[in-house]
Amino acid sequence: MPLDKSIKKVLVIGSGPIVIGQAAEFDYSGTQACRAIEEEGIEVVLVNSNPATIMTDRGMASETYIEPLTIEYIEKVIERERPDSVIAGMGGQTGLNLTCELYDRGILDKYNMKVIGTSIESVKEGEDRDSFKKLMERTNQPIAPSAIVTNLEDGFKFAAEIGYPVIVRPAYTLGGTGGGIAEDESQLEEILSQGLHLSRVGQVLLEKSIKGWKEIEFEVIRDGAGNCITVCSMENVDPVGVHTGDSIVVAPALTLAEKEYNMLRTAALDIISSIEIKGGCNVQFALNPNSFEYAVIEINPRVSRSSALASKATGYPIAKIASKIALGYNLDEIKNAVTGTTYACFEPTIDYVVTKIPKWPFDKFFGAKRNLGTKMMATGEVMAIGSTLESSLLKGVRSLEIGQYTLEHKASKERSLEELINRVATPDDERLFDLAELIRRGYPLDKIAEITIMDNFFLKKIKNIVDAEEAAKKLTLKSFDKATMLAYKKMGFSDRGLSQLLGVSVPEIYNLRKELGVIPVYKKVDTCAGEFEAVSPYYYSTYDEENEAVPSDKRKVIVIGSGPIRIGQGIEFDYCSVHSVFALKKAGIETITINNNPETVSTDFDTSDKLYFEPLTEEDVYNIIELEKPEGVILQFGGQTAIKLANFLDEMKVPILGTQPEQIDEAEDREKFDEILEKLDIKRPKGKAVWSVEEGVAEANKLEYPLLVRPSYVLGGKGMEITRNETDLVNYLTNAFKNDKKNPVLIDRYLGGRELEVDAICDGEDVLIPGIMEHLERAGVHSGDSISIYPPQNISDKIIGEIMDVTYRIARELKVIGMINIQFIEYRDELYIIEVNPRSSRTVPYITKVTNVPVIDIATRIMLGESLKSMGYKSGIAPKTSTVAIKVPVFSTEKLPRVEVSLGPEMRSTGEVLGVGNSFVEAMYKGFVAAGTTIPSAGSTILATVRDIDKEKFLPIAKRFAALGCKFISTAGTGKLLQDNGIEVQISKKISEGVPNVLDVIRSGMVDLIVDIPKKGNDVHSDGFKIRRTAAECSVSLMTSLDTVAAMVEVMESGYNSENTSVIKLAEVK
Amino acid sequence: MKAELILENGMRFTGELFGDEREVVGEVIFATNMAVGYQEAITNPASAGQIVITTFPLIGNYGVNAIDIESDKAAMTALVVREKCDFPSNFRCETTLDSFMKEKGVVGLCGIDTRALTRIIRDNGTMKGIIALNDMSDSNAKAKMAGFDESKLVMSVTTKEKYTYSDKGDRNVAVIDLGVKRSTLEELAKRNAKVTVFPADASADEIMAIKPDVVFLSGGPGNPADAPAVETVKNLLGKVKVCGIALGHMVIALALGCKVEKLSFGHHGGNYPVKDLASGRVLITAQNDNYVITGLADGVSEIFKNVNDGTIAGFECKRKNAEGVLFTPNGGKSVFQDGFVFDRFLSKED
Repeated sequence: MPLDKSIKKVLVIGSGPIVIGQAAEFDYSGTQACRAIEEEGIEVVLVNSNPATIMTDRGMASETYIEPLTIEYIEKVIERERPDSVIAGMGGQTGLNLTCELYDRGILDKYNMKVIGTSIESVKEGEDRDSFKKLMERTNQPIAPSAIVTNLEDGFKFAAEIGYPVIVRPAYTLGGTGGGIAEDESQLEEILSQGLHLSRVGQVLLEKSIKGWKEIEFEVIRDGAGNCITVCSMENVDPVGVHTGDSIVVAPALTLAEKEYNMLRTAALDIISSIEIKGGCNVQFALNPNSFEYAVIEINPRVSRSSALASKATGYPIAKIASKIALGYNLDEIKNAVTGTTYACFEPTIDYVVTKIPKWPFDKFFGAKRNLGTKMMATGEVMAIGSTLESSLLKGVRSLEIGQYTLEHKASKERSLEELINRVATPDDERLFDLAELIRRGYPLDKIAEITIMDNFFLKKIKNIVDAEEAAKKLTLKSFDKATMLAYKKMGFSDRGLSQLLGVSVPEIYNLRKELGVIPVYKKVDTCAGEFEAVSPYYYSTYDEENEAVPSDKRKVIVIGSGPIRIGQGIEFDYCSVHSVFALKKAGIETITINNNPETVSTDFDTSDKLYFEPLTEEDVYNIIELEKPEGVILQFGGQTAIKLANFLDEMKVPILGTQPEQIDEAEDREKFDEILEKLDIKRPKGKAVWSVEEGVAEANKLEYPLLVRPSYVLGGKGMEITRNETDLVNYLTNAFKNDKKNPVLIDRYLGGRELEVDAICDGEDVLIPGIMEHLERAGVHSGDSISIYPPQNISDKIIGEIMDVTYRIARELKVIGMINIQFIEYRDELYIIEVNPRSSRTVPYITKVTNVPVIDIATRIMLGESLKSMGYKSGIAPKTSTVAIKVPVFSTEKLPRVEVSLGPEMRSTGEVLGVGNSFVEAMYKGFVAAGTTIPSAGSTILATVRDIDKEKFLPIAKRFAALGCKFISTAGTGKLLQDNGIEVQISKKISEGVPNVLDVIRSGMVDLIVDIPKKGNDVHSDGFKIRRTAAECSVSLMTSLDTVAAMVEVMESGYNSENTSVIKLAEVK
Repeated sequence: MKAELILENGMRFTGELFGDEREVVGEVIFATNMAVGYQEAITNPASAGQIVITTFPLIGNYGVNAIDIESDKAAMTALVVREKCDFPSNFRCETTLDSFMKEKGVVGLCGIDTRALTRIIRDNGTMKGIIALNDMSDSNAKAKMAGFDESKLVMSVTTKEKYTYSDKGDRNVAVIDLGVKRSTLEELAKRNAKVTVFPADASADEIMAIKPDVVFLSGGPGNPADAPAVETVKNLLGKVKVCGIALGHMVIALALGCKVEKLSFGHHGGNYPVKDLASGRVLITAQNDNYVITGLADGVSEIFKNVNDGTIAGFECKRKNAEGVLFTPNGGKSVFQDGFVFDRFLSKED
């Protein structure tokens, strides 16, 4: 069927803030959906609470609402916009759940809206356990057999039926308490009796364990006429037991013979045919490695992280096609945009190997429990394309930016054989390197396969790399002939990796390689393995005969992307890169993007004129520059990933557009920067770099406590702490120098003032500040984790004037061309500068949206030589809006066991939402709602534990809560304070005082909000840490800064609720 | 051992020899579906005379077993890959690709930029090629290539004697073996057919002697015009239902007076979208064809169409009770699969 003409206006629901498990992939698919619908002349109404996304940009949809993703607000949007249709499944699980709820509550009927694409009935069939089970029975698809038992005998009987090992899951216990895997009857007796005891209802689910089976995924698509295709098969290198988001994944599946492949493909297509999917669907299988036995693990009738990966791996744009199907088209009516001549109704076939490796946040969360299991922990991922599995794996490893250029890993090397064996059996983020080390020590592959249940095929490939590494160690530069070099390059080794193995410098390898004439060629990703000519230039490097990437003779610029999403460098940077590409395109310049993140818009096949899907290392980037010879490279928008290439590219005489490397260095190097501040007479908190504990203590006495301490080379406040006395400081320094003797520790006086932040654009002459952002929490909370308010509410004209003045002078002194980000503290009516980043920052999408100043567009044009004046801007601060827009951070700490939850100098948030209102309080209210924070009401219970130094400040806030009818529960100290002041409080036991204690109170579900102001973070043994962890794990809202608490009470006093607040469209933010 | 693939246009690609190490001449084609299914392709009689480039770079990952074969002997002339896997892994794996090809007499060449080679074939069309072990001059290569004769291919793979594949069933099917795959015979037998297989040059009388309900022409290698069955089919048309797949369907088409022409680089893969013109449904089909019907005779109508290049992918001739499809049905019974084609062939309704 062609386009359904009855569709005029479609509601698209986004996925909200970036959290672990739901990240940038939904900006990618949502953006594609918006474009695919709008290009048919159909209006799109978009709702998403996440301001960092490209999909929420002006112009991406007909009407954009950055509003909380709750039924109430979505209904308000519907009421106002009256869309006739809604498309489910473009906004991840969040969007899907909301669409189901709109349907269940009759809201869709009320507004006469239809669901286009996969229907709600179909969605529901795959969703809950029971209907999924029924669906599988109906379609004759096997699932892991399971049964609910209420006594031991039934348990034994069922286990004997399905065979051991058996997974035991007690019903209604949190986080799998009391469950386990029973290998035999005696273990089952032990675990099951405990489980029956622990379960509130005396019910335990027994399930056949399929741990260790191969995990295979299929991305499939079906249209309204029933045509279906397989887009891609994917195979997890880590077998069932590790979440697919935490697994290394290869595409296509590499260890299946035709029989298994077609068995699973048929099963996937049978399932989607049976539930009448109209769009994309992901089907996950577990396959017994020793037979044809398989089980369907789950299905996801929507776009997903896997569909984004499959799209990037094949070049087939799943979200776009799914949107077209929702509009009525059949697959054979949709053009394949990659070839331009063929149709979407075919199965992509690829002629390379794709490897995805997760990016975990453990470098930041050093205390975290790193074991990988069924709960996903990765914040992002990299994808690499190679002609061999070895090369795509090695490319992936170096894309991770973890300092690894080979599989030889320092920590793994230091582990004993026993340790390595134990570690590979219970995987964590270093398993790949542990495996390599085990192989390096000659441990038999068969044995490793037995322990890890990984397929021998993958282990052999790792062994190939290890063997090549060992062979390289015996070689010298002289013995390296062309054939050897080519062999190593074909296997994916980098110049840096080889330099490490040979013990020579990187330039020596580079020069030798050039001398031998070994340079990469680039091949196209074309969906069809070369059968048809592709028009979308999407490339990967390999060492082979024919190069398909032919440079044009147009003016061209390379934009360096920001790599995998990690804490501190998220989707915001992709936003910037993409907008820079748009600006360059508008200027008529050919755009070339280099990036390795499959989840993003920047790596969509039609975002830039040319896409190189490559690691962002010096060598990989320079190879492309040597081929393309661009007139310049833009680094400012790719976060630290791009900025750290500046010096290298400068040495190689590559023209860098915008601020020059020398100035970047001046801003990044503390001593040089201090000199500049001195010269300009700009204040900063006093501080010093120290090289020893003794020096630190002496310096501390001069500066006065509290002190902000941190390692000198950091991203996102890594390892930063506030120390309030000498004991804390000595502890910190001792630890720091133990970890890294080569670099100093920075000690600054900590000023507990108001933090302010600007992103400014400078053309060398004029400096434009789109807006000043005020942080709600006082200094000491990482800027990425504090609530950010625009326009500022509490600063004087004098300070505003100073901010302009200081920004102007610094930007000019640093000869900034393009973006600069400056963070300030206002302390006792004085302005101090605390940080300067000579690049685009994470607040740019936010400030762009709320001020309507096209920041990246202007900055990019400046880099091309235009001036602010020529674009109609002048020095100064852009007029502020009357609408207030507040950015509220969102955390994923519940997913990361043993990670500190409280706000501090180290960044922990993964995403953000925006609250838009006509006043601070209204915007704050909506911000809290959007972030999912519970707003207490009369009768709510607040659990409060406040450190001594803040008790006095807490009291008036507590009184206000009490006046609003809130009840308190506290441990002794805070409880006494409240009691003494006539506030009713129930005293709970501390953890050491027995049960039920404060943790039980939290787990019981009776607490609505927890206020816990910690003395010190990161101490896993403290009560506070356990309270915060329990809060996170039980999804109880937690506040750890009194400033946030004060804002909350103000919100409550205002009486704002979902009834008396209204939705504001982006175009109305003025 | 190094060896060269020399193309008809003079281009040379150097690689490492594996499998059966000898000089061979064949028609160079590329196949896009060999990440899985290489074992079936090597043993598919329709691959006779072909030097097959696999577009997927890693071949042999799951090894080879004794079961998943389409015929006892390997028909493919040579396999050209980027990388062959010497350490396969699969619970049914019995040997490596290399030793299997050695045993079956199939030449292998690895270490080739298969994508570059594929693009050359795509842009220049299918051409002859030679895998040369020693330095071979252009003229020598040319002479050897000129000696390659595809007209004998069908006779090289067809059964020498008539045989019974399955002796029970309510439909009596005579298969004309132009290079039949074992799985095709299985699909017929599975549908309760008594299956008798005839050599490609069997006469109409021989075939009619078993009083078949249906005559089925299999797929196979080479040019349909060279197949002796064209004349046989002319004699069968109107007397019995005649149907066929791939090469077989083109043989029927020629017998009906349709026009058949060579495609530039053929269809060799598993992802060809074909529209069933009656239902409007699109099937993803497997094809291994160098030829295609380009003109229909009177009374012959198109029933399947290739969505991408618009080529005729199936026809019927009601008057003569004949039909055929260009693709090779895999036989699955699901709604998206093409097994219904066999059902249709064996249907009792005319």
